[in-house]
Amino acid sequence: MTLLRNFAMFWYDFIVGDDWRVALGVVLALAATYGLVKSGVDAWWLPPVAVVLLLGLSLRRVVRSAHQG
Amino acid sequence: MSSWVLFLTVFLACSVEAVEALTIILAAGTSRHWGSALQGTGAALLALAATVAVLGPAVSLIPINGLRLVVGALLLVFGLQWLRKAVMRGSGYKALHDETAAYADEVEAARAAAAGGRGAVRDWYAFTLSFKGTFLEGLEVAFIMVTFGNNQKDVPVAVLGALAAVVLVAAVGIAVRAPLARVPENTMKFVVGTMLTSFGVFWATEGIGARWPGSDTSLLVLVPVVALIALGYTAALRRGNPAAKNSVAAASGVPVEGSLT
Repeated sequence: MTLLRNFAMFWYDFIVGDDWRVALGVVLALAATYGLVKSGVDAWWLPPVAVVLLLGLSLRRVVRSAHQG
Repeated sequence: MSSWVLFLTVFLACSVEAVEALTIILAAGTSRHWGSALQGTGAALLALAATVAVLGPAVSLIPINGLRLVVGALLLVFGLQWLRKAVMRGSGYKALHDETAAYADEVEAARAAAAGGRGAVRDWYAFTLSFKGTFLEGLEVAFIMVTFGNNQKDVPVAVLGALAAVVLVAAVGIAVRAPLARVPENTMKFVVGTMLTSFGVFWATEGIGARWPGSDTSLLVLVPVVALIALGYTAALRRGNPAAKNSVAAASGVPVEGSLT
């Protein structure tokens, strides 16, 4: 059981890292881009915008927790 | 299209793909572990050779966009993690040389041992990064070769063009490996984060079916834009961090904790 848990933790850490919101944000941004492309909008600009927002929000959380702690 | 034009077209198209693969391999090797990065590249080349040998001309039927989307999304998540940590180090919110690194290494080693199956590979991260980059770009090289070669009914010339491109780009990679090793650690991590994020966003967007203006050349805009945004965040965070602002060494221009150089 511990082996299985360690295995799952390794892959979680490996793929998601220490801010799960970034990984979730990437998935949501790509899903939204897919939706727009399917409805005829060439939304190539959406993932770069998502990168700027996700990086900024993730850094904001770091700064907030640093100032609180 | 004459044989020379076919050769040049395939050579240029494959050079672009090979440079993209080389960027990922250099990033994984320089910032993580060269042995594992080269093992990943070798494994990808073997997998690629097996795929092409089994499928032959049918290689062009592989759903490349699905592959681009998965690889791109993973690179994007990895790249954002790297970039975030590089910005935090650059702005003084994270130590350049983390005092908990030894502990983290121990935990990582224990996890790697527990997960099993990676005995010969010291750095799984570097291995998979190189594997994905090489396999995806290698498949694109194979597509170009097969498509152009079949269309012009001259596969040998297309193969020669592709081989020449791969050999030339590999030689460039070997030449720049030593100078890259002298780049400061956090600067390298910043560059790797920028590259992984840029390639990730490029491939994932292409994989979804959106079209970049200028196709592959949009990377020439995307990479500097991502770097500038990360540098902007670093500068903004430095201004709001008293620890980074009060550093005497920073004022004298000496590279310190909290500097990207």
